[in-house]
Amino acid sequence: MARKVECIAMLLAGGQGSRLGILTKKIAKPAVPYGGKYRIIDFPLSNCVNSGISTVGVLTQYQPLELNDYIGNGSAWDLDRMNGGVHILSPYQQIKGTEWYKGTANAIYQNINFIDRYSPEYVAVLSGDHIYKMDYNKMLEYHKEKGAACTIAMLEVPWEEASRFGLMITNDDNSIAEFEEKPKNPRSNKASMGVYIFTWSKLRQYLIDDENDPDSSNDFGHDVIPKMHANGEKMFAYLFDGYWKDVGTIDSLWEANLDLLNPKVDLDLSDQSWKIYSRTPVAPPHYIADTASVQNSMISEGSQVFGEVEYSILFNDVVVEEGAAVKYSIVMPGTVVKSGATVQYSIVAENAVIEKGAVVGQCPEQMENRDDWGVAVVGQGVNVSEGAVVAPKAMVDEDVRKGDK
Amino acid sequence: MTGKNIVGIIFSNAYDECLSELTGLRTMGSVPFACRYRLIDFALSNMVNAGVEKVGVVTKSNYQSLMDHLGTGKPWDLSRKTEGMFILPPFSTADGSDNGNKMASLKGIMGFISRSTEEYILFSDCNSVLNIDIEELMEYHSEKGADITLVYKHGQIPSIKNVIVMDLDADGRASKVAVSPADRGEVDYSLNVILMKKSLLERLMNEAISLNYTHFEADLIQRNVGSLKIYGFEAKGYATTIESMQSYFKTNMDLLDPKNCAHLFDKSRPVYTKIRDDMPSIYGLGSSVKNSLIADGCIIDGEVENSILFRGVRVEKGAVVKNSILMQGTFVAQNSSLNCVVTDKSVVITPSKTLSGAENYPVYIGKAIVI
Repeated sequence: MARKVECIAMLLAGGQGSRLGILTKKIAKPAVPYGGKYRIIDFPLSNCVNSGISTVGVLTQYQPLELNDYIGNGSAWDLDRMNGGVHILSPYQQIKGTEWYKGTANAIYQNINFIDRYSPEYVAVLSGDHIYKMDYNKMLEYHKEKGAACTIAMLEVPWEEASRFGLMITNDDNSIAEFEEKPKNPRSNKASMGVYIFTWSKLRQYLIDDENDPDSSNDFGHDVIPKMHANGEKMFAYLFDGYWKDVGTIDSLWEANLDLLNPKVDLDLSDQSWKIYSRTPVAPPHYIADTASVQNSMISEGSQVFGEVEYSILFNDVVVEEGAAVKYSIVMPGTVVKSGATVQYSIVAENAVIEKGAVVGQCPEQMENRDDWGVAVVGQGVNVSEGAVVAPKAMVDEDVRKGDK
Repeated sequence: MTGKNIVGIIFSNAYDECLSELTGLRTMGSVPFACRYRLIDFALSNMVNAGVEKVGVVTKSNYQSLMDHLGTGKPWDLSRKTEGMFILPPFSTADGSDNGNKMASLKGIMGFISRSTEEYILFSDCNSVLNIDIEELMEYHSEKGADITLVYKHGQIPSIKNVIVMDLDADGRASKVAVSPADRGEVDYSLNVILMKKSLLERLMNEAISLNYTHFEADLIQRNVGSLKIYGFEAKGYATTIESMQSYFKTNMDLLDPKNCAHLFDKSRPVYTKIRDDMPSIYGLGSSVKNSLIADGCIIDGEVENSILFRGVRVEKGAVVKNSILMQGTFVAQNSSLNCVVTDKSVVITPSKTLSGAENYPVYIGKAIVI
């Protein structure tokens, strides 16, 4: 039996993130690279460690190889512990047969044994695909103070975007009066961040009941939370004000990256008291040559810049040759942009080669029809041949030759 | 012979006196170098990349920062259940025999060496900056049937004490060994990466102790040039010996040439170091950076040219940094200007200050000094 732990975290990392297209062809969404050296999952994992939660179960299902490999024994986040630490929890065979995780609630249900080992008072259920810095401990204190069965973190979003989120209508004491899932005419702008804290004894029972309910889709948002609410459990909203972004689409992933370059955005990664940990690649310092020009950009170790870089994020070991230009783009590890090539308003995945004179993406101002504009995406290992063009909004995961598009 | 057969011995304090400013508070091994490394990283990585699993780090004095850097040896994969990294602090002997030289240090660790089951010993100092294929060295050593193989470089003899200079015949065997010869000029000098059998070292040490020899280079190497097969193995690519503040400065600046950088940070033999978990560096609007090597965690809004910036350096708007080495956490406030300056860790340059040294005499600013 493991030592008793007050609060453990369960990180839902099984999502495919299908709207990220070719970026998640071979990896789960939480493993998608972000911010020059991180992967999305570094944020919830680092938040856990910084909040003092050192027992974390990571629930994986879709393409887990790279994610498992990345997390390893958790040492990058200081989560290689004698007691607790990080555990990868994949679906497994049971006496009654094999079952995939049918939904978010079912994923936790299938791991009740894991949670029970630590006999926690509370369980934090987190999603592995958001960018934010948050002290879960403060939320836990709030949860305890309210004597809640469930506390849901919420964020005030702009009214015009509210209809994209799961919303909460709260009473004066911040207890939750009503839920609305992506309503057409929102009555609230308080959106759920996908961060929950449950009192484990309560949640445990609801998970078992939910599993026994044949009509349930075994999802937290659709089934368990509404059921708890209907039964009159004490449910509270916890107001978070800070940067939070769901990077579910190519555009939002691109934006969330460029947010790091915007001094007005409240996401400071240089804060030594709340570090975001990651598995750091072994690479020498990056080099900016005499011929280079770098403006408002973020550059990681091992990269070499001989050309022009503007409003962009370069991951490690990226090479931008002399005469090449990278603008408003995200370039992932090991990619080479050869001389005379232009990469603009794009996301280029790992180890791609943009040959001489190729053009990837387009500036929205130069579009005849603005509606056709979008961020161009070049997949992992793709070679964009000399003089080839990758149109805006295009997603290429096969080599592109001149005249292809 | 594989790396598993070798126990590595690194002298972390050797040649401390060459960089007296930088080693005032630390060992030669923990001198910061090339944006994100400490000098010992090169010696350690060379060994680890060849499969060496047991490394003893010999310390003598001021080794707090070294221990902080090395930790359990994890960044070099040397945190092991069997073997791994061992820090070997000095014994304080009653007879006062520890007079601080290499021979005395060796005497103090002969217990560690004798207990090791590995067949070979590989010595390394920390002031030699090189990325070398130790497997190739091992092959050369056994191919030649050598007793002792020294890695050497052809070039201007460094002006430090106890330099081993060899006259090599066509086969690579040393016919004559000199220790710090008076005449300057181009020679084949040892980079103090030395390979020999453990049993040979034990024999030589016993002999040295009974005959009261006290000089590693002269008594263990030079004296045996006739009786033992001593070979030289040339270090290819970029290799250098740090002999002074001037050469420390130059060695850092040499890396601004991508060719040298590519040699020293050969991708097939990576150089490992302690991780600090910094964000990537941010270049602000209006910043200008030319010909510089920059580590993670920097925020640059000013102008930087021909410089080496360590982790977490800040250069504010209007500040100008040229031909300088700024160590971890240096802060250069607006409208200040630095030229040929070496700042130690956490130095603060307040607004509108001008500091300028010369290329052959950089200005050094000590740790955490506020100007």
